[in-house]
Amino acid sequence: MIHSLFLVNASGDIFLEKHWKSVVSRSVCDYFFEAVERATEPENVPPVIPTPHHCLINVLRQRIYFVAVIQSEVPPLFVIEFLHRVVDTFQDYFGVCTEAAVKDNVVVVYELLEEMLDNGFPLATESNILKELIKPPTILRTVVNTITGSTNVGEQLPTGQLSVVPWRRTGVKYTNNEAYFDVVEEIDAIIDKSGSTITAEIQGVIDACVKLTGMPDLTLSFMNPRLLDDVSFHPCVRFKRWEAERILSFVPPDGNFRLLSYHVSSQNLVAIPVYVKHNISFREGSSQGRFELTLGPKQTMGKAVESVLVSSQLPRGVLNANLSPSQGTYTFDPVTKLLSWDVGKINPQKLPSLKGSMSLQTGASKPDENPTINLQFKIQQLAVSGLKVNRLDMYGEKYKPFKGIKYMTKAGKFQVRT
Amino acid sequence: SENQNGLIIETEMLDSNKDSLKLEAMKRIVAMIARGKNASDLFPAVVKNVACKNIEVKKLVYVYLVRYAEEQQDLALLSISTFQRGLKDPNQLIRASALRVLSSIRVTIIVPIMMLAIKEAASDMSPYVRKTAAHAIPKLHSLDPEQKDQLIEVIEKLLADKTTLVAGSVVMAFEEVCPDRIDLIHKNYRKLCNLLIDVEEWGQVVIINMLTRYARTQFLNPNVNVSITHMYEDEKAEVTTLEKRKPYVMDPDHRLLLRNTKPLLQSRNAAVVMAVAQLYFHLAPKAEVGIIAKALGMFEPYLKSFYIRSTDPTQIKILKLEVLTNLANEANISTILREFQTYIKSMDKDFVAASIQAIGRCATNIGEVRDTCLNGLVQLLSNRDELVVAESVVVIKKLLQMQPEQHSDIIKHMAKLIDNIQVPMARASILWLIGEYCEHVPKIAPDVLRKMAKSFTNEEDIVKLQIINLAAKLYLTNSKQTKLLTQYVLNLAKYDQNYDIRDRARFIRQLIVPTDKSGALNKYAKKLFLALKPAPVLESPFKDRDHFQLGSLSHLLNAKAAGYQELPDWPESAPDPSVRNVEVKDSVCAERTVLTGPEGAGNRKRGRKAVKNQKSASESESESESSESEDESEEESEEESESDTDVRKKKVGLDWNRILANYVVNTLHYIQYTAFYFFK
Repeated sequence: MIHSLFLVNASGDIFLEKHWKSVVSRSVCDYFFEAVERATEPENVPPVIPTPHHCLINVLRQRIYFVAVIQSEVPPLFVIEFLHRVVDTFQDYFGVCTEAAVKDNVVVVYELLEEMLDNGFPLATESNILKELIKPPTILRTVVNTITGSTNVGEQLPTGQLSVVPWRRTGVKYTNNEAYFDVVEEIDAIIDKSGSTITAEIQGVIDACVKLTGMPDLTLSFMNPRLLDDVSFHPCVRFKRWEAERILSFVPPDGNFRLLSYHVSSQNLVAIPVYVKHNISFREGSSQGRFELTLGPKQTMGKAVESVLVSSQLPRGVLNANLSPSQGTYTFDPVTKLLSWDVGKINPQKLPSLKGSMSLQTGASKPDENPTINLQFKIQQLAVSGLKVNRLDMYGEKYKPFKGIKYMTKAGKFQVRT
Repeated sequence: SENQNGLIIETEMLDSNKDSLKLEAMKRIVAMIARGKNASDLFPAVVKNVACKNIEVKKLVYVYLVRYAEEQQDLALLSISTFQRGLKDPNQLIRASALRVLSSIRVTIIVPIMMLAIKEAASDMSPYVRKTAAHAIPKLHSLDPEQKDQLIEVIEKLLADKTTLVAGSVVMAFEEVCPDRIDLIHKNYRKLCNLLIDVEEWGQVVIINMLTRYARTQFLNPNVNVSITHMYEDEKAEVTTLEKRKPYVMDPDHRLLLRNTKPLLQSRNAAVVMAVAQLYFHLAPKAEVGIIAKALGMFEPYLKSFYIRSTDPTQIKILKLEVLTNLANEANISTILREFQTYIKSMDKDFVAASIQAIGRCATNIGEVRDTCLNGLVQLLSNRDELVVAESVVVIKKLLQMQPEQHSDIIKHMAKLIDNIQVPMARASILWLIGEYCEHVPKIAPDVLRKMAKSFTNEEDIVKLQIINLAAKLYLTNSKQTKLLTQYVLNLAKYDQNYDIRDRARFIRQLIVPTDKSGALNKYAKKLFLALKPAPVLESPFKDRDHFQLGSLSHLLNAKAAGYQELPDWPESAPDPSVRNVEVKDSVCAERTVLTGPEGAGNRKRGRKAVKNQKSASESESESESSESEDESEEESEEESESDTDVRKKKVGLDWNRILANYVVNTLHYIQYTAFYFFK
């Protein structure tokens, strides 16, 4: 299936290669580099690139291209999903998945890749199994290993491999038993010129951090489970129980995992927590343009809108922008024409604004395009869909765990057209 | 030389007695391999350490061996005995990894040793070792295809394995080695269906794709109305027809597959969701799937999910545009056109061009909006961006062909544009349009030809060909005014550098200018050039790939990839279903599942079984295995009563369309590339 993997950084250097069958020369990446050159943006590189003898399938994560080499028929999504799983595993192991992290941990990376694929077919991708085979590097362990010569590699077959719950290892022990769940919702929206919502959807996830001794069996119920008619589960969730009772029943993996992701579609009304008032205009024959932007809260259920970041790609004809923000800082890159304004928190009493002028290239005509405004924000303690966890119960173990639920709403792909 | 020095140091470290030094050396070497540097010179020093006690050193030596054994075949043989010893180790992890490395060393001479090892491992007590054996099968097959027959025997044995751990891997081996041996699946079909939900996700994808093919050879097309064909044949003998007419009844095994794959639509893995979606697309009755990609009707409620953001990558924009265009109908077209209008103002010019084409396609598909679209496009002709204008010209040309009479003013407008537009395709389109409808613009056409004659030598080839066309058409309709111009253009073309243009000029001259030599065709010149041409159909760039299995690489590339297995047509009559029956104990089990619906079975089992199994996992292997089977039987009896009631409670009419559409949309968000596979 997957023949080889190349890791390519933003400047086009191959900094890691791994082959699961016979070696494929790295010159195969030339086709990939051609595609990168043709693409205007890094994101625009086609995910699947056919070449005379191979097919290259890539994903771009953390400014690294993961390029898989394929020689015969395989569902492309299979490869794409697997590559994402590789990145997730690296993040899980090293905290971040950057070029530096991969280079610093190159041996662990290699050991991981060796375990994750056999002859190009996925072997062990479950984080709990991998962690028993190869222990994640920690400073302490590195020091100890150097002194004692002991290793990071497990000598026994991970218990998960043979069990019906491959995601959980046996013999887990904690002195503090805790289970935390984060309900995080992202709003994807397009707002039109006049401020009305064209489309708005919620992408939600429940991420969990469960540190419980033994083999706990959890159930999580919601006050309003009918909100979620469109869900995908971690393999640990018992589907039948959900179908019948709308209760999440599962033996959790140990540590961090994504329990559930869900989608609240555009048919339901989505509360839009912020509004943007804008006036971006150019006059015919003038080399100046006007720029005015004001943000305000709307339907936030009394919660504060924080970490607000506004960005906008201004038309190519714009030479420079001379603006003054009422709060926060803004930058304008005259080369990429990217304007970004780090607003911070929105104070409903004193609305943040960014006003000023833009200068156009002399002689350039009034731009045809209208820039769109991209918005990022966070609202703590609010799930915008109204989803609420009712209770969390544990069976199968005797101790009383500490339980916590946190809610958060964020902007996903939130765009305002002008 | 620096590299050489380094290698010497590493050789010394490897030869030392300290494991920590060896480990350090191996780490450096692996780092070299990862960077793509050549470390093959170290082979003798490394291979000595294959039996090292330190497990991490050993693992890194394996990594090295697998990488370089092919280049250093003789030296690699030194390591073989270590692996053979490893195959007998009491620790299952060591047995498995010995087999993994042994089978990954691409050295032909050890083929018999590999074969033996695989056969032994296939009957190992540990399912993990058996899984490794399944992985080794395609490796050996690619090293020596002559082993195929023996390997098929091993596959057959492993297909009968009852553990979920082995199932995905052995089906993978089956797909690579003998995908045409559908007969090997019969006896395992029901078991695979029932295990599916508990198999790891990657194995699920492979099994689902294989079962899709299997089902197409064994079951009847649920979408063909059998009774109609019978009626037709026996029109006269109505009585016999009535007897003969059998309503279509779905094979319970067919139903089993559809039912057992359905819960996997909830998988977090997009590849699994996609695999199930394609299975439904290829196998389910229309009533259950809608007609997914063909009519796209089921996506209509999700229209707005496909609206485009300026930050989407270009390929996603184009896919979404394709979806929106396919969803357009009389009811929603005005909304869609309004949305398209904002796209035309985008900064991404490729996307603007695609949007203009999309407007053109909407206009051809929906007659009511043709004029609105045309007017919109004509307005774009005064856009400042040349690419926008050019694309509009090309699309307008196609639209005008449908009803030229009413639009001579647009043709005039386009004739004026020829002075400014530089994009060759657009110029060529305008010239063709003027030539084709020169009778609608009798005054302007000759003048355009005059200008073109002047610039002929500087034009691109496609434009030149259209100038010749225009000249020929005018010569035939208005020779008084254009005779000399045409002669001039043809003379220029005669000496052009391009073959095609010289050829075309010679050909046209013979056709239109009457001489003694010119044959009978001359009389028909006008008919040849000015025949009424059918209006073009504006087609989707994603058409024509229906014959590939949805979601496959071949489907995406629209070309057959190596190893692609054709999806067979449904059989005319179903092969004997009893081939899937298995011995007493199993068949009882299969029937039970057919009746009660096993979706939850595996899932529900998990929890309780989990606890027991986890406890036993720490015990010895053989013990854990036997306890597992005990659990199973115990569980099954409990299961029966419970799931029976569940089924009774369950609603009969499931809204498949909604479920599927939801998941498609969801998957699209999760990994947007999914869309590639859905919209052809």
